[in-house]
Amino acid sequence: MIGGAAALMLLGLGRIAGVSGLAARAVGLADAGPPPVLAIAFILGLPLGGWLMAQALGGVSLHFPPNIATLLIAGLVVGFGTRLGSGCTSGHGVCGMSRFSRRSISATLIFMASGVVTVAVMNLMGLS
Amino acid sequence: MKQTLLALLAGALFGAGLALSGMSDPAKVRGFLDIFGAWNPTLMFVMGGALIPMGIAWRIQAKLRTPLAAERFNLPDTTKLDTKLIGGAVLFGIGWGVAGLCPGPAITDLALAPRSAFVFVLAMLAGMGLFRIITSRSTPANEVKAPGAIGK
Repeated sequence: MIGGAAALMLLGLGRIAGVSGLAARAVGLADAGPPPVLAIAFILGLPLGGWLMAQALGGVSLHFPPNIATLLIAGLVVGFGTRLGSGCTSGHGVCGMSRFSRRSISATLIFMASGVVTVAVMNLMGLS
Repeated sequence: MKQTLLALLAGALFGAGLALSGMSDPAKVRGFLDIFGAWNPTLMFVMGGALIPMGIAWRIQAKLRTPLAAERFNLPDTTKLDTKLIGGAVLFGIGWGVAGLCPGPAITDLALAPRSAFVFVLAMLAGMGLFRIITSRSTPANEVKAPGAIGK
């Protein structure tokens, strides 16, 4: 479904389904990108589709970090990092890797490694 | 209108896929990243599964002159590896590991766990705003001084 959605964006609209870029575009934080209305439509579609799927499945189980500070810090770093690195799991990981883009393959390997190290360090420090 | 509906449909399909696959669960994502601990590799198949239709889509794209519902393809053409890409990916990975959330699942979760997801998404947009402020300040002076360059 995720790959199908990204394929629909590419073949239908000629755009990369990169969530970080589209989110920034939707709220006016990016100069480049599709017309804002398209970015807004895609971004609104995410929770809509998630909600419909949760209804169909009779609920999905989610476990968030309980600490608000954790969410705030992580959110800030994810927002800044995805803009600096021009993409996240969807844009680099799904769209770019399947295009065999050198930049996207490098970015994906780096953020995966960085995430693995972060979780390992947090476990060692007893933070999770 | 057709384009807007198509974008909405793509977003909904994407969000549904995230909810179905478990990518929307931060604990499951952290479990996927925890390869030295209680590793849960199932999300690797989600990523692999997404790469297959996209790989086919790129093959089709190479044969098309225009997209099916737009005038032209607007695709990134940069190939250079630079410090921005590397630094951004390192930072993103840290945030991803800390909370188990990347942008797609976080926005999808606004409908599934509104309170926590809202805090994360708000902070994420603040981080994007911070990046914009910093990069607009570091614009070369001659560009800023050029007449009419102020504003958009």
